[in-house]
Amino acid sequence: MTQLLSFIKKEFFHISRDPRTMLILFGIPIAQLLIFGTVIKSEINDIHIAIYDQSKDKTTEQITNKILSSGYFILDENLTNLDEIDAIFKKGKVREVIVFDNDFGKNLVKEGTAKMQIIADASDPNTARLAIAYVKGIVNDYIIKTNPNLKMPLEIRPEVRMYYNEEMESAYMFVPGTMALILMLISTMMTSISITREKELGTMEVLLVSPLKPIQIIVGKVIPYLFLSIINAFVIILIGRFVFGVPITGSFILLMLETILFILMSLCLGILISTVAKNQMVAMFISMIGLMLPTIIISGFIFPIENMPVVLQWFSNIMPARWYIIILRGIMLKGIGITFIWKETLILIGMTLFFIAMSVKKFKIRLE
Amino acid sequence: MITINNISKSYNKTEALKDISLNVNRGELFGLIGADGAGKTTLMRIVTTLLLPDSGEAKMDGLDIKKDFKKIRHIIGYMPGRFSLYQDLSVEENLQFFATVFGTTVEANYDLIRDIYYQIEPFKNRRAGKLSGGMKQKLALSCALIHKPKILVLDEPTTGVDAVSRKEFWEMLKKLQQKDITILVSTPYMDEAILCDRVALLQNGQILDVDSPTKIIEKFQRKIFQVRSDNMYQLISDLRKFENAESVFAFGQFVHFTGINDSVKADELDKYLQSLGHKNILVEKITPGIEDVFMELMEGSRSFQSQ
Repeated sequence: MTQLLSFIKKEFFHISRDPRTMLILFGIPIAQLLIFGTVIKSEINDIHIAIYDQSKDKTTEQITNKILSSGYFILDENLTNLDEIDAIFKKGKVREVIVFDNDFGKNLVKEGTAKMQIIADASDPNTARLAIAYVKGIVNDYIIKTNPNLKMPLEIRPEVRMYYNEEMESAYMFVPGTMALILMLISTMMTSISITREKELGTMEVLLVSPLKPIQIIVGKVIPYLFLSIINAFVIILIGRFVFGVPITGSFILLMLETILFILMSLCLGILISTVAKNQMVAMFISMIGLMLPTIIISGFIFPIENMPVVLQWFSNIMPARWYIIILRGIMLKGIGITFIWKETLILIGMTLFFIAMSVKKFKIRLE
Repeated sequence: MITINNISKSYNKTEALKDISLNVNRGELFGLIGADGAGKTTLMRIVTTLLLPDSGEAKMDGLDIKKDFKKIRHIIGYMPGRFSLYQDLSVEENLQFFATVFGTTVEANYDLIRDIYYQIEPFKNRRAGKLSGGMKQKLALSCALIHKPKILVLDEPTTGVDAVSRKEFWEMLKKLQQKDITILVSTPYMDEAILCDRVALLQNGQILDVDSPTKIIEKFQRKIFQVRSDNMYQLISDLRKFENAESVFAFGQFVHFTGINDSVKADELDKYLQSLGHKNILVEKITPGIEDVFMELMEGSRSFQSQ
């Protein structure tokens, strides 16, 4: 036990005396969070639109007002005939045209169905898709509120995301994802680097010749970074809450416990990487390229898993971040408890145990 | 204390050790002498349980290096060839860390390291990375000794250390030997070899000879000349061109010359050099030192490189 304590003390000395380590530990997460927060946006702002209102009644006027006052759209032009649509898209500024059919309001009341058309410039498909979804949402919302008894006149496919994120704030989306990404990267990278550094500097040789057991070395490496990563997680949650306004609707304690579990899993993965990597470069490479890209792309952080090819969907199952992101979104946005996320939690526990077992098994008690 | 039987070890296709057998007695200061790549480090890593041999066996104080590696790790002190302490920890922190790792305290074994440690104690708050070469070695030795090992294994401990520190270092080893610590030390320096009780001459993974340094020199009955002239560089190449030259190598401010079958005479060399226009020539027969023996054993009849 005293051996372990002195090992942990030594690790803290290493960390606190190396400015680069401190920077990676605390500078990068905050920078990353702020950068992701402003760059990754699945929300739209100031989209230029044109409206061709053939009906010009009270209903279309109200819908138009609602669309324009939403803050997402700027009206560029009121069109007077269909031919103008083509011309205005070619100019490039207007990304979306909304067309109301003749007698829109009358038909809505009389027949319960009215026609409108949303045309978008799909040269930027992402924006187009979002702009359409927004308009649909707004129209839908208007019609439900004004005519609660009506059958829905427009085909609207509701998205889960919008349901829990009514204001469509992308910060709600990216904070859990970024948190998973940062914790994973920092934890795996720091532990794998700190072990391979000992190999590179030759101190591992001395540690191996000492009576220290592999498990003591592993635990001694994990504990300091576990402690620091918890602080990190705390800082990220605070930034999410106070800079981006992401709420924590569920239990904060459960959130922290799940986070500790995820950090522990990442640290053990880092140890496992270090048993394979010969030097710091390789360790860094594996942690950065091997983990960061898959975590961003196929963990459901940015792109919905349901839309992926089946092979990638299957592959995303082994991404630890996938399960953690589900847990985070559940607790932070939906406010659900352990009864809804026990499966994901079990998967994370399983992964942690697997990585620990593998690390202890693969930890080399000799130099080769 | 250390028994090595028929140990062989290869890295991929390179044979680092070929069927090595060796015995080191209790309380002995035993030297492994050899050039870079001779296999000294590999042999040391095998006896310190860091590497497994491909074949053969070895015992440290009766403990098998394969089966009992955990026990061996309690009774040995090891100082790798490269400075392997934590450069970002202070002198004192390093020492305390290694003491606790071995389940002891600095105070408990302070007697053993006092002679060494008191010299670096004034710098105990300095980071190990900021110490001079000699002080680093003293700290590394203190750390290797802090758990009072029965066997001390030192891999080229004085490489990169100044002459004064080297001398001090060997004096310390002599003192430790009297405290019943068996020491296995490797060195590329011949002047250090002479300080060992016995040495093993290693070359290309094989042992050339094992004996006390004086006996090894006695066995070597070659006629050696030390030669000097004003133009040393020219001298070496001229001597190599001499028809009966067997070995020629620079040795400090002299060149050591051995003739084929010891047939060359001093005046013969003198005349040869005069004819080539050398000035202030000195040719002198000397008693061979361990370095001469080593050069002879190592290089055989191959052509030589000057230092």
